Amino acid sequence: MDFEIPRIPLAEMCDAALDWATEHFSGVTRAISAVIGTGIEATTDFLVDLPPWLVILAFGLLVWRLTTARIALFTMLGFAFLWNLELWRATLQSLVLVLVSTLFALMIGIPIGIAAALSRRFWRVVGPGLDMMQTMPSFVYLIPAIPFFGLGAVSACFATIVFAMPPTIRLTALGIMQTPPELVEAADSFGSSRWQKLFKLQLPLAIPTIMAGINQTIMLALSMVVIAAMIGAGGLGGEVWKAIQRLEAGQGFQAGIAIVVLAVILDRITQHIARRMRTDRGAG
Amino acid sequence: MTEKRPRIRVRGLTKIFGDDAGKALPLLQGGLGREAIFKQTGAVVGLHDVSFDIAEGEILVVMGLSGSGKSTCLRCINRLVEPTAGSVLLDDTDLTKLSESELMAVRRTRFGMVFQQFALFPHRTILRNVEYGLEVQGVAPTLRRERAMAALETVGLKGWEAHLPSQLSGGMQQRAGLARALALEPDVLLMDEAFSALDPLIRRDMQQELVALQKRLKKTIVFVSHDLDEAIALGGRIVLMKDGAVVQQGYASDFLANPADDYVRRFVEHIDVLGVVTAGAAMRAPACVVPWHVPAAEALVRLEQSGDPAATVVCQDGLFQGTVDAGVLRGAGATEIRLLASDRDACVSDTATLNDAVSRLAAGRGEIAVIGAGRELRGVISNTDLVAALARRRGEPMH
Repeated sequence: MDFEIPRIPLAEMCDAALDWATEHFSGVTRAISAVIGTGIEATTDFLVDLPPWLVILAFGLLVWRLTTARIALFTMLGFAFLWNLELWRATLQSLVLVLVSTLFALMIGIPIGIAAALSRRFWRVVGPGLDMMQTMPSFVYLIPAIPFFGLGAVSACFATIVFAMPPTIRLTALGIMQTPPELVEAADSFGSSRWQKLFKLQLPLAIPTIMAGINQTIMLALSMVVIAAMIGAGGLGGEVWKAIQRLEAGQGFQAGIAIVVLAVILDRITQHIARRMRTDRGAG
Repeated sequence: MTEKRPRIRVRGLTKIFGDDAGKALPLLQGGLGREAIFKQTGAVVGLHDVSFDIAEGEILVVMGLSGSGKSTCLRCINRLVEPTAGSVLLDDTDLTKLSESELMAVRRTRFGMVFQQFALFPHRTILRNVEYGLEVQGVAPTLRRERAMAALETVGLKGWEAHLPSQLSGGMQQRAGLARALALEPDVLLMDEAFSALDPLIRRDMQQELVALQKRLKKTIVFVSHDLDEAIALGGRIVLMKDGAVVQQGYASDFLANPADDYVRRFVEHIDVLGVVTAGAAMRAPACVVPWHVPAAEALVRLEQSGDPAATVVCQDGLFQGTVDAGVLRGAGATEIRLLASDRDACVSDTATLNDAVSRLAAGRGEIAVIGAGRELRGVISNTDLVAALARRRGEPMH
């Protein structure tokens, strides 16, 4: 009765898959990394080189246009506070990373969400995949990112995209699938093609739901960008990381509070836009 | 009603819901009942062998209680629900045989559909809603705007085009729904309980307006309803459904006069008889017809012999001229009755409902004539006849 059940070599299998992928694709990914990395760096440097008060004012005006004066004022005060804490550069680094990651997450996530809504079979494949992406501890994504994209901002960006994309996919699919059936039937009765139905009815009605997904994606992106400091992404997360290594509780809390402020600003802005879209349409 | 070419012919339409529809179909065709099929295969029979014609320019009301299959039947016509068996012919095209893209083309140009819960697109203004079908067809923006505005004017919604559906009352939303269907200038309007969600008063207005609109536009309309009064108000033929099958089809008055079974009898029990039964159906042969030139004294004798209650009908060449009653005739001696005859209006058309007869009877002498289109005498209705017609409806035998 001495059965030896061999351990399933899961780790080895993952390694083998990763090695294979690295061997075949790392050339491409390194090239992508170089382009995106340069882009992120250039954008950050450009913003850092501008006088902070000008950047704050510009943000304020932009937010005012998109939302309300109150939220714009809050945004400007928040950024001024971060400037005052001498975390200006780190804030901008984090912000650019969040925005770039979110942009990619949306560019990939929304089409996947649409496809998942239109094809039940695809949804059955995507659904568990999303669950896995979200349950996997976020640090794990950092490890394979390095061989593909090298240390730094692009790896952080990659891990962030993987981690932050699921809500966008999920809520895009959900928003489309939740189109009231009687409206779909009406569109059908007028002889709409599948694409006409999608672009004239389902997507416009799903926009408030998709916006809610975007809001979640941005918040997840921010949390991941902080963690990504471990692989050299810098930013506010980098400040926290430094504080941990030097056991400087004060510095750590200061950077932590800065992250909270940035999170609240981003949340208020996207929440407001989502809510306005919902009421504009007079429909849930 | 004159016979017109059928625009739509529905033949043997059958719909079975469920994964085992293929297995259930031969069972159904073999004569097995709905319940037995459900027990055996889990499939639900939605429609079973439904056939009817819809003439061009006709309003056909498909009626039944909820679950009778009437909405399924309507949706099988434009294949929003895919029929399991049977055919739907629009003019000479069998819609059940069309490919996906051909079906789309037919839906775009030939059918306009109106829904119970309006189903307006909440993110589009009323104008953009009405434009929708034309937009899908690919009609140029200026032209489709023009046609949408015309449709909005037809339903009396001019001035509301920039509003969102949620800003309109239910009745107005359904007008927009109707305009959306009309804007396509379709041959056939499919209306699924179109007025059921509206308040009773607004519902009645909409019914009347639809009838008026129909007279003008001459669309072929299939109207699904659970409301017998609505079916009567729309005035067309009725297909009465129960458990997915047709129980009886014809005019409301046919349902009253010759109910196919107890179900139909119960269905029409609370019908407004006066609004359905025509004078032609309730009349009897006149007992006392007196020509124009007869002297009053002779007319009086004839009237008394006939036993007719109050009036006598005066006739020339078979055309109705008026009535006189015994009181007038008495003491008039040798005067020709044409000089005494009055009440040229104491008559109703044989196609008019008893509602019209009632008011004439109330104003007259207890009896009115029933006339054809050229005023030719067809029969008479007296107060007693009217009461008898009502009594017959209560289920008490006449004789």
